[in-house]
Amino acid sequence: MSFSWDWGYTWQILPILGQASIITVEATVLGFMIALVLGLALALARMSGPSWLRWAAIGFIEAIRSTPLLIQIFFAYYVLPQFGVSLSAMLAGVLALGIHYSTYCSEVYRAGLENVPRGQWEASIALNLSPLTTFKDIIIPQAVPPMVPVLGNYLVALFKETPLLSAIAVLELMQTAKILGSESFQYTEPITLVGVFFLAFSLISAALIRRVEYALKTRRSGHP
Amino acid sequence: MNNGHSRLAVVTIVGFAVGMGVLNFTGLRQFVPGLLQGAWVSVQITSGGALLAVVAALTAAIAKVYGPAPIRWLAITYIEIFRGTSALVQLFWLFFVLPQFGITLPPFAVGITALGLNIGAYGAEVIRGAIAAVPRGQWEASRALNLTRMQALRRIILPQAFVAMIPPWGNLFIELLKATALVSLITLPDLAFKAQEMNQSTLKTTQIFTIVLAMYLGISLLITSAMKALDHRVSRGLRQTRTQR
Repeated sequence: MSFSWDWGYTWQILPILGQASIITVEATVLGFMIALVLGLALALARMSGPSWLRWAAIGFIEAIRSTPLLIQIFFAYYVLPQFGVSLSAMLAGVLALGIHYSTYCSEVYRAGLENVPRGQWEASIALNLSPLTTFKDIIIPQAVPPMVPVLGNYLVALFKETPLLSAIAVLELMQTAKILGSESFQYTEPITLVGVFFLAFSLISAALIRRVEYALKTRRSGHP
Repeated sequence: MNNGHSRLAVVTIVGFAVGMGVLNFTGLRQFVPGLLQGAWVSVQITSGGALLAVVAALTAAIAKVYGPAPIRWLAITYIEIFRGTSALVQLFWLFFVLPQFGITLPPFAVGITALGLNIGAYGAEVIRGAIAAVPRGQWEASRALNLTRMQALRRIILPQAFVAMIPPWGNLFIELLKATALVSLITLPDLAFKAQEMNQSTLKTTQIFTIVLAMYLGISLLITSAMKALDHRVSRGLRQTRTQR
């Protein structure tokens, strides 16, 4: 079979894929919001909870990080209903994405907070600052800037995992491309377009993350 | 992930299963052999993918750092494309689009190729970073000893970089194992595929998916321990200098 790229077909499916990309972006944003909030809770539990909570957090983080996201998505979609929690495919998928990436985010928070030298806490005590003030005005401003680019990378990573939602029939980009392909028997154009879409997004966001990193570095030290 | 933590992870999943309280593991016998068959396919794809990933990563890293311009650009394109798109898209592309170019690979080969090249692209950056982290003085000393660039790379630089590479490669192999679940979507009967198949026929959803999670966790625990053992072996001579740092 000789290969040719069908431009007519490409223009025809482009708007449909454009529509589907909205779902992809929605899933990314919602999933990442869950990841940020739950990740913070996990980091705090791991760093300053009572010891049983600390160990539970570590166990949870390691268990989630070493099992496949696809199985976790199936788990959210097929197993939760058995316990009376029926979620729509989209919600189950977003929840699984968010929980999966919360374990990565929690490690970022932890590394960021632990990287602030202990002397900063001691100096704050010497200056008679309350723990809350210390945390708010001394620790957070030093801990957050190095976290931003790393969290940005995980946002991109989460975005790249959204095609997995097609496995539970969420109508995001990949699922739409598969349906288009199976209707026309032309898989080349839709799947390649999805690849191009992800590549463009990843390259642009990588460039943005580099800029943010650079801006944060210059602001902090006065020179790059 | 250290060993203590992995064991804790196993305890978590088992505790989670028991904690649900409603699990009825009777009749478990009927699906364990099928799941083990699936796990074996997952292990095969992980091993094949790992082999391809290491070769692809080494080639791409060396091409990117030491290659002449056209080869360097080729390596950069490979790395950016496979890091910039999703593993599932790559898998589908090889599965659905490659046949249009007249290349039809069996699903097993598609799985290993797509995942191996995907992880290889990340591995290339790991190797590049590890080579760059070897102190420049080592290159200069090699030149002083009249070694050629290739000799220096092969006998002085790479062995030192190798030690630094092992922990990140351990993480990448875990990523690879996790990514093998995707091959179920191109009809390969791996662990994830078997899980879905049995879920449809027995409807023992909770038990099946919990066992499957535990199986993946078990395999990743094996990978972690193997990499730890390897790290222990290759860093024998460095242990003293490491503690001095």
